[in-house]
Amino acid sequence: MTTTTIAGHEVEVTDEGFLARPDDWSEDLAPELAALIGLRLDDEHWRLIRFLREDYAVQGETATLRRVSTQTGTPVKQLFALFPGKPAKKMAYVSGLPKPKGCV
Amino acid sequence: MSGTRKHLLVLGAGTAGTMVVNKLRKRLPADGWGITVVDRDDVHDYQPGYLFIPFGLTTPEQVRRTRRPLIHDGVDVVLGAVERVDTEAHEVHLEDGRVLPWDQLVIATGTSPRPEETEGTLGPQWHREVGEFYTYEGAIALHDQLDTFAGGRLVVHITELPIKCPVAPLEFTFLADDWLRRRGLRERTELVFVTPLDGAFTKPVASRTLGSLLEEKGITVEPDFLVERIDQERKVLVSYDEREVAYDQLVTVPLNKGADFVAASGLGDELGYVPVDKHTFLATGHDDVFALGDASNIPTSKAGSVAHFSVEVFVENFLEHVAGRPMTHSFDGHANCFVESGHGKALLLDFNYDTEPLTGTFPLPRVGPLRLLGESRANHLGKLAFRHVYWNALLPGRPLGLPAEMSMAGKNPA
Ligand SMILES: Cc1cc2nc3c(=O)[nH]c(=O)nc-3n(C[C@H](O)[C@H](O)[C@H](O)COP(=O)(O)OP(=O)(O)OC[C@H]3O[C@@H](n4cnc5c(N)ncnc54)[C@H](O)[C@@H]3O)c2cc1C
Repeated sequence: MTTTTIAGHEVEVTDEGFLARPDDWSEDLAPELAALIGLRLDDEHWRLIRFLREDYAVQGETATLRRVSTQTGTPVKQLFALFPGKPAKKMAYVSGLPKPKGCV
Repeated sequence: MSGTRKHLLVLGAGTAGTMVVNKLRKRLPADGWGITVVDRDDVHDYQPGYLFIPFGLTTPEQVRRTRRPLIHDGVDVVLGAVERVDTEAHEVHLEDGRVLPWDQLVIATGTSPRPEETEGTLGPQWHREVGEFYTYEGAIALHDQLDTFAGGRLVVHITELPIKCPVAPLEFTFLADDWLRRRGLRERTELVFVTPLDGAFTKPVASRTLGSLLEEKGITVEPDFLVERIDQERKVLVSYDEREVAYDQLVTVPLNKGADFVAASGLGDELGYVPVDKHTFLATGHDDVFALGDASNIPTSKAGSVAHFSVEVFVENFLEHVAGRPMTHSFDGHANCFVESGHGKALLLDFNYDTEPLTGTFPLPRVGPLRLLGESRANHLGKLAFRHVYWNALLPGRPLGLPAEMSMAGKNPA
């Protein structure tokens, strides 16, 4: 774990760069995190990020790709278009949530 | 039902369901509790044996038995497919119209492969060039198919996680490597392992160990690959981000999902698993419905070993629960899996909710005889011997002497 400054906030991040404490996240952090992985957020991204935050608050763990897809009605293909390559990880990263466990 | 006699209804007579009814029949008074178990058919398979069938290392007959003799006297066995659970009315409806009442319900209907969920899987080459070993029929068909294999690209593929026995696809790959060498086909075969994960396994430490084994054996890994469809005509797997992996022989592990009635009864998550308290298996929002084994959403491996350790904890808790006391036992997520690595060797993984797979020895500190997270012949023999233990000790509910709770003795955090 290391400490770093993003959008003027001092936050702790894991070895893989995910926020160590989801509570450190705020909406002004998301565009900065997105920029770090080459994304610009539009309304579609925001809809998904808000779902992920709310779902995490209730479930206590990061939603899987399938869960995001079924709960928000977004086809998986579109999740790949919005968060290219690794949508599950990128969504979690921008939303300040733990890396999805990928299931055991 | 007579007078005050209560009813425990268990759905599914697989690994978890059979152990639960056999153990509870000994512990619940017959005049106080009736126990009924429901399954759609009368064949019980030792599923870990499916892995060996394609390579001719196990025969189909060795993995299959009829269910009834495995279930103790005093337990009613009902054969029929469950269609729906009505938690309000405390009834289970079967597809043939029968209705079964219950006071306490245990859902142990496991998980199953769903090839129909991935476009192109069920084409004309299903169970031929597109093979699988997660079902009895699939494992046998794959055996016949491999017999005709003369080299080319052999691709082993995981559609999505979780799947039961998450190490089984890796084991299949290691065994295939071994099998190809023995047949003199390894030089002519490219062996490829395609996974939606970013490495060989979900847990980082095990992923590193297993990853280097793949490398040693010259197996190519295609990570972060989420399949969108299988194109049987062009013989390629196509991912959502439009990558393609070509195959001559594909061995796919389809999407795994819980039983359809779970979702239809409003008891399931997006994959049809029952959300439960991960320490007690009580279904979220209920105090008379439990889910055990692969049917639940607990965050550990879907494995027979987990079902076994879970049942030990569950039985003690259930007796407290029906006596109106709080449940005082807590499941820690303990899993232990043998991983066949080919050439008569296997590794052993041991982990729980909080701990990564550990190195060391099992079950005795320093002495073993089983080595954790390292290859050994004893591990392989342990895995092979387990079929006997399963039929003769595990299912009847005899004590195995393995503690349900994970022990750190003799283990070194990796
Ligand atoms: C290839 C392979 C290799 C494996 N290797 C290992 C291993 O090495 N070690 C290990 O620990 N585990 C291994 N497993 C996993 C292990 O077999 C399962 O985790 C275990 O069987 C789970 O037990 P269960 O009781 O939850 O489900 P199951 O044993 O699958 O039982 C579920 C039962 O429910 C019944 N059912 C389902 N739906 C309905 C319905 N609608 N109506 C009525 N009945 C229904 C089914 O007929 C079945 O009998 C392996 C599995 C596979 C496929």
